[in-house]
Order: sequence, then structure tokens, then C-alpha cells
Amino acid sequence: MAETTTEGSGTIEALTLVPKAEAKQSMKDFKSDQEVRWCPGCGDYAILAAVQGFMPELGLAKENIVFVSGIGCSSRFPYYMNTYGMHSIHGRAPAIATGLASSRQDLSVWVVTGDGDALSIGGNHLIHALRRNVNLKILLFNNRIYGLTKGQYSPTSEVGKITKSTPMGSLDAPFNPVSLAIGAEASFVARTVDSDRKHLTEVLRQAAAHPGTALVEIYQNCNIFNDGAFEVLKDRQQAEEAVIRLEHGRPIRFGAPLEDGLGSKGVVRDAVTGDLRVVTVTPENEPLILVHDAHSTSPTTAFALSRLADPDTLHHTPIGVLRAVDRAVYDTQMADQLDSAIEQNGKGDLSALLTGGDAWTVVG
Amino acid sequence: MTSQVSSPAEQADGAVVGEQRKPAGDKDVRRLDRVIIRFAGDSGDGMQLTGDRFTSETASFGNDLSTLPNFPAEIRAPAGTLPGVSSFQLHFADHDILTPGDAPNVLVAMNPAALKANIADVPRGAEIIVNTDEFTKRAMAKVGYAASPLEDGSLDGFSVHPVPLTTLTVEALKDFDLSRKEAERSKNMFALGLLSWMYHRPTEGTEKFLKTKFAKKPGIAAANIAAFRAGWNFGETTEDFAVSYEIAPATQAFPTGTYRNISGNLALSYGLIAASRQADLPLYLGSYPITPASDILHELSRHKNFGVRTFQAEDEIAGIGAALGAAFGGSLAVTTTSGPGVALKSETIGLAVSLELPLLVIDIQRGGPSTGLPTKTEQADLLQAMYGRNGEAPVPIVAPRTPADCFDAAIEAARIALAYRTPVLLLSDGYLANGSEPWRIPETDELPDLRVQFAQGPNHTLDDGTEVFWPYKRDPKTLARPWAIPGTPGLEHRIGGIEKQDGTGNISYDPANHDFMVRTRQAKIDGIDVPDVEVDDPTGNADTLVLGWGSTYGPITAAVRRLRAAGEHIAQAHLRHLNPFPRNLGTVLKRYDKVVIPEMNLGQLATLVRAKYLVDAHSYNQVNGMPFKAEQLATALKEAIDG
Repeated sequence: MAETTTEGSGTIEALTLVPKAEAKQSMKDFKSDQEVRWCPGCGDYAILAAVQGFMPELGLAKENIVFVSGIGCSSRFPYYMNTYGMHSIHGRAPAIATGLASSRQDLSVWVVTGDGDALSIGGNHLIHALRRNVNLKILLFNNRIYGLTKGQYSPTSEVGKITKSTPMGSLDAPFNPVSLAIGAEASFVARTVDSDRKHLTEVLRQAAAHPGTALVEIYQNCNIFNDGAFEVLKDRQQAEEAVIRLEHGRPIRFGAPLEDGLGSKGVVRDAVTGDLRVVTVTPENEPLILVHDAHSTSPTTAFALSRLADPDTLHHTPIGVLRAVDRAVYDTQMADQLDSAIEQNGKGDLSALLTGGDAWTVVG
Repeated sequence: MTSQVSSPAEQADGAVVGEQRKPAGDKDVRRLDRVIIRFAGDSGDGMQLTGDRFTSETASFGNDLSTLPNFPAEIRAPAGTLPGVSSFQLHFADHDILTPGDAPNVLVAMNPAALKANIADVPRGAEIIVNTDEFTKRAMAKVGYAASPLEDGSLDGFSVHPVPLTTLTVEALKDFDLSRKEAERSKNMFALGLLSWMYHRPTEGTEKFLKTKFAKKPGIAAANIAAFRAGWNFGETTEDFAVSYEIAPATQAFPTGTYRNISGNLALSYGLIAASRQADLPLYLGSYPITPASDILHELSRHKNFGVRTFQAEDEIAGIGAALGAAFGGSLAVTTTSGPGVALKSETIGLAVSLELPLLVIDIQRGGPSTGLPTKTEQADLLQAMYGRNGEAPVPIVAPRTPADCFDAAIEAARIALAYRTPVLLLSDGYLANGSEPWRIPETDELPDLRVQFAQGPNHTLDDGTEVFWPYKRDPKTLARPWAIPGTPGLEHRIGGIEKQDGTGNISYDPANHDFMVRTRQAKIDGIDVPDVEVDDPTGNADTLVLGWGSTYGPITAAVRRLRAAGEHIAQAHLRHLNPFPRNLGTVLKRYDKVVIPEMNLGQLATLVRAKYLVDAHSYNQVNGMPFKAEQLATALKEAIDG
């Protein structure tokens, strides 16, 4: 068992190789001297504040933290973090971060990306990072629109979206990033919302503690080009019916609370199809309500949960950690192979390598 | 210089070790100074292996040599067809040679397709060994032979040896518990045995090789060795082969040292490992498989005990992306590819230019455009390397000239990348990658020191006296910026592809700053310290200069030797550095009335030279997927001299 730290919230197995901060940190330590240049009212501010506020809890030496991003509004994020950072090129952040994380196990590497960056131009890198399970934490800011290029539809936009590039409505069906990640063999998949700081922070906490790639989809409001896209999940009254809050080990209940304090609606498995569906909780079906198991080896139920959400209305959108399972971590295994190569063959001897087995000598 | 060659076959006491065999009996032995042999057969006939083994035997014997493998892109093209022919040409000599040779003296044709595909290259008088078993009516019809070329007189003027190679092999292996089909597979070893007898090659290396290769299948090892020996004995006993040949070791060709035979891709892989050791930085390769570069990925993945990390990425872009990430983290980072891959990597190379991080981009050029000719050679990526990015994105370019030179070129590319914090393009090609030659193995203490200093603390004092770290404050001499790797306390900084303010590295859209930064990045590359180009002009009377780069070195030098032997005056210069050019290049070019630039493209170096130096360079081009032939180049150069 690897050595663990007891800083902050408890043991963080994923970060045992990352040096700890010598002094107690505060949010201020993670703010860079750069002026934040997102549009006033952008959901990114809330996410930035949540991340800066959460970082001290990890207690890591901030020089060992790196934020890598692609291109897009969200990808300006690294400039505002007083850590190491790279604002790279469109879609490629997971690939760049993979090289960094797999060559430096002493770093805590975070990727900040958006729905266009991660799912359109960078879709390939995202799915491969997830299947490899490199020690990366990917924060995917999903606002269901292209912001930086001023308002074209994105791969998460609902069908029929009227935008500058789709005056008669968009034709392509959207990705559900959580479904996609689960399908791509992700070992950790979660969803949260920019405006719910408490929930966002708790998800970040679990992501940080996860060994391997963690994908966190953050619903983020673009108040300029897609304002109110997630309003149904934020408005207190509507959210009660729309949001399914998942907690490991707890029955999946939502809606107006019943006498037992849990929601009036619940998720059950259909005995015939095996699929999941939403029911009104009754004393008869109450024992059948699914208990959320984020650690289940099989991704089937997590995937089915991700499919409950209606892509148009966002009704029945699960948030929280859908899946968190232990799986071999790529960079750890890569380092282990180097160690075993040395154990088996000894440390590399350049002279012997160059000489090889078939050399001959010419003497003067 | 007098020197003496000691090969594994002849140990210090002069005794012959192992299973070494010597031709005996009363057959004629003739002495030759050089021979060019081409083995040709179906893709599945094992011609590359046969060629490799003959090469190893020849290298250990002490001849100078140069090889040219030539094979189709298909793994197993339809059997017996012309596109399915795979060949391996080997030129070896008792003196210093430079090319795999223009025309074979000996062609080994394992089937009608191999004969048909290669006969045009074979001069009259040459020896042709054919496997008569494969010359069936059907096999001949498949490649368009209406009548047997062995009988219709079309091979008159050649010295044809009809040998039923398949039958003889099967016969030799009849005591082995093998099916006929399995036994037939050893026919390449029978052919190798026969050729080894003809040219007095040491044999114990091949027997040892077969034992090791088939260590888990001792029956197969024994069968192959039996076929190999049967081939040798066949030469020894049959009357058809009345003469065998000796080619003495090339005692004058090699300076004192320890040698091995090495291909370009292997030398390049070793160069990268050596550079990593000399820089005291871990090596990180991000790569996506592509012909003809994949062998470097394969080779480096075998050397994890040198701290080498190899990452097989999901695509070309991720390959270079991961390498760039590793460079940010302080690795000696490399990506390997061919032309189509460079096209995909262009944006990331541009990012590396902007980030000013060290990164090696290895392009093993092949025929293009698009997929082009994956297994054939070309040097048509020069302008892509030079200009193939958006914006002003200068990248240094280094090119090896021979297979063994790939080692030194890799180290030189690493030196530039590390010292100047820049991506560097190394342009090898398919011919260098797969071709091989003897290499004098360097002593490791001869290798250059490539160590660089990571930034450790603040490098700038603000007006108010505060000590700060500025990621884009440059070394005044090299213009390199500091390399501050994550994990260094106090140097936390952000870099990116957006234009940066000089010094601070903060985002800047200021027009004057952008102008300054564009010019500064260019000045950094222009100012790279590269050695002067050397001119070989022994009489000093030449009016014509032949200028080359990359793998054309061998054919150009061979052509120049021929011309000089014929009493012509010609000067020769060959470029290792394509960007920046050596400082003296302009002066050199202007010294000569005529400048000829042979290239395996349509004149890319010529374009650069004409643009930069306003010299009316004459371009001589060939883009047929094969290296130049010395004879043809000599003719072209002679025309230039006389023109």
C-alpha cells in the first residue's frame, strides 16, 4: 500500500508522489497576478473561485501543480492559477498533459477544457486519455455553445439549435459527455454545476483523490451566447424535479421530499428490459429503488443513469460521481516497466549498447 | 596506413573458431575488389533476412559495405506478382565504398516475378542464379512470360545458373520432421549458403543467429542450418559453379577502431539514447507507427533500462503533444514520423516554436505527396520542414548523410534543441533508415557534453527591487529563454501559444511587441552556431561545385570520384545544416562558376539556395523512390562541367 497523506479531507492516494506544501496555503496563494478576462457574469468565474478555494485543501506544493488547457474560453484558466501552466492548442491538452504526467509522477496535472475543445476537435485525445487512465484530472466546462468564436453550436448543443452557423437549426445529435466517458472506459466520471460551489468542491475533492484519469463535466453558463442553458437545474423549484443527486451508497431519490426526508421520485430497474426508469416512490416500490454504487466494476448502471437525462429539457439529469473504480494507472505502470527493465537487465550501459554483439576491431 | 582486420571468424591466434567453413578442393578462386549482389524474391520468401545475414557475414569479414533493401508496402502482396517482389542489394568491397551500387553483378531470382522485376537493372555478363522450381508455366504466365526466359534465349549474354533451389532444399531436409511446405521455407537459407560459398563468407555468425532466432523451435533452427550448409555444399560440389570469389577485407578503408554494421534507424535510436545520457535528461518518445520510422519506436521501447519512456499515441498529433508535455517537464523529448505525420504535427511544432521548448521532430522521409510511396525513399519534405507552419515559425533543420551518420545527426539535433530551446527537425529518409554500413563505434567519452541548466531562481529585478522570474527573459548570447520545469519552487509561470510579452511572457496583443517577438524568434534560429560547410576541392581548379544534403552524399561522392578519376575537376560540399545554413555557404557558392544541386525532389534545396544567395544553382532531380545511381549522376555532373 502506498504511503498516504492525511492533509485536508483525508487520505489522497492519487497524490502520494506529489510533494506537500511546507506552509498552510490559502486561496490567495493560487491566484495569479493576471487580470481575469472572461465576460462579466460568465460561469467560469465561479469555477475558478471554487478551484482556487479548493486547492489549499490538497496541501500540495504549488510548484508541483500544473494546469494544461486547449483553446476556448475555459482554456484561459491556467493563466489565472498561480501554478505552472500551459495554454496549448485546440483539443490537444489531454495529449500534452499525458506526456507531462507520464514523465513526471511528482506532479498533479489538471486539464481544463470545454465542450468544443474536448469533444469536437479533441475528441480523440479525450477518449484515449480516459481509456489509458493517465493520472490526469480533466475539468470539462460544458456550456453547450462555442463562445470564443462567438456563438456557433457545439457537439453538446441540443438538436435544432439556432445559432449563427445554423440559422435553420442544428442537425447533429449531441454527445452526452458522461455517457461518452463511461463508454471510453473512464475510471472516474462525475458531473457538477458551476453555480453549486459546495457540490462542485465535493466533486473536485473526489476527483483529486482518484488514481487515474478523472473526468468532471461542469455545466457552465455562457451568459452571452447561451444564457440560461442550465436554468432548469439551478432554479430551486424546477431543480427539485430535474436534478438527480447521486451519492454513493444512497438510494437514488429526488423530487419533493417525502416523510422519510428523501425525494418523492426514485430510479428503479425495469424487470423486463433491465433499463432504468423513474418512478413515483410508493411503499410498495420503495425497496426496489436503486442504491447508487459508484464503485461497481461494471459500467452498465452508471451508463444507464447517464441516459436518464433528456438532452433537450435536461430533466432527470444526474449530478455527482457516477463512476469511480480502481484501475491500473498508466503512468505508474510506465514507471514500473522502467524499474523492472533495470531489475532484469541492469541499468543501461551505453558503451555496451553501442558495441552490440557483432562488432569487430581494426587495429592500426 | 597499414591496418589489420580481426573479425570474430579469425581470433587473435589465427585459429578458425566455431563452425567456420572454408571452400576447399580444386575449384578456381578469383580475387575481386568489389561485388554487388541482389537477392530478389516474393515478399514472403525472406529476402530481407537473407540480405541481412549476408551483410552481417560480410561486415564481420571486414569488407566495406553498403546496402539497399527495397520492398513493397504490402506485408504479403499477392504471391508471384511483380508488385510483390522484395529485394535486397548489397555492395561490398576491399576498399572504401559509398553506395549500394548501381547495377548488380549477381542477381538471385527466387521466382519469375523476381527475375522480371529486376532484369532491367542487371548488365549483360552478370551472373543470375534462378530457382528453376518456381519457373512453372503458371508462375511465368502470371508475370507475362509467354515462353520461359530460361529457354527462349532472352538471357543469352548473362551467366545463368539454373538451380532447383526448392527441390534441393526439400531433399536436404527429408530427414527432418517437416511438411513439404515447412521445408520449402528454408530455401532462402539454401540460397544464402550457396552465395556464402561463392564469396567465401564466414558462416558461423549465421548458424549462431539461426540458433538464437529459433531457440524455442530447435527443430526449425536445425533445419535452417541444414539448408544453409546444403547450399554451401552444393556450391562446393556442383560443376555449374566452377569459380568462387575472394574479396579481401577493406583494410585500408577503416581507421583504427571498433566497428559494427548499422542501419540508419538503429544509429538514430542509439544517437537519441546517447544524447539523453550526455544531456543527463530522461528520454521521452511520443510516436505513432508509420513507415519507415516505426523501427525507432520499436528500438527505443527495448531500452527502458536507460530510463527511456516510449509512448505509442493515438495519433501523430498526440505523439508530438505528449513529447511536448514531457519537454515542459524536463525530458529530452522526441517524436518520430514520416512526411504525412509531419503534416499532422505542424500545429504542435508551431506551439513548440512559440513555447520555446526543446523538442526533436524526426522525419524519416518517404515518397509523397499524401500516402505516396511508404517504403521508398525521397527527400521532398525539406520545404515542409522549413516552411510548413502558420505564421513565422522558424525551425532548425539537420540532415544525416549516411546510415551511420544518423547517430551523430541525432546528437547534433539534440544539442541545438537543448541549447536554443527550440524544436528541431531531423530529416532522414527511407534509404538511410533501412540501408546499412559499417560504423566506427565511438568511445562514450568522445561524445559531446549536452548538459543544460534548468532555471533555479529569479532572473529579473523589477524597478522596485523585487526579484522575479521572467520566463521569456533571454540569454543574451543564444537568445534562449530559461527552461523552468514544474517542481521548481518560486518559478511558477504560464506559457502558451498566444503571443507573449517580451520578458514577462504574459499575454500581449501589442503590435510592436509582436513585431519584436517575431523578429527575435527568427534571430534566435538564424544565430544558431553551426559549423562551416567543408568544401572538397583537391586541385583548387574546379569551376563547378556540386552541393548536396542528406542521403545523396554517397552517390554524389561516388560520382565525384569517378569524374576525378577521369581527370575532371569538380568541387563537392554537403550540408548537415539546412537551417540555418552554415555562415560560409554564401561565400563558398560564389567561388564557383557553376553550382549543381542533385536532389531526390524537384529542387527544394536549390529553391532555398537561389532565394537566399541569388546564385543560379542548377537543379538535378530524381523522384523515382530510389537513391541516385553514381554512374548517372557522374554523367549529369559531367554535362554540368562541360555545359
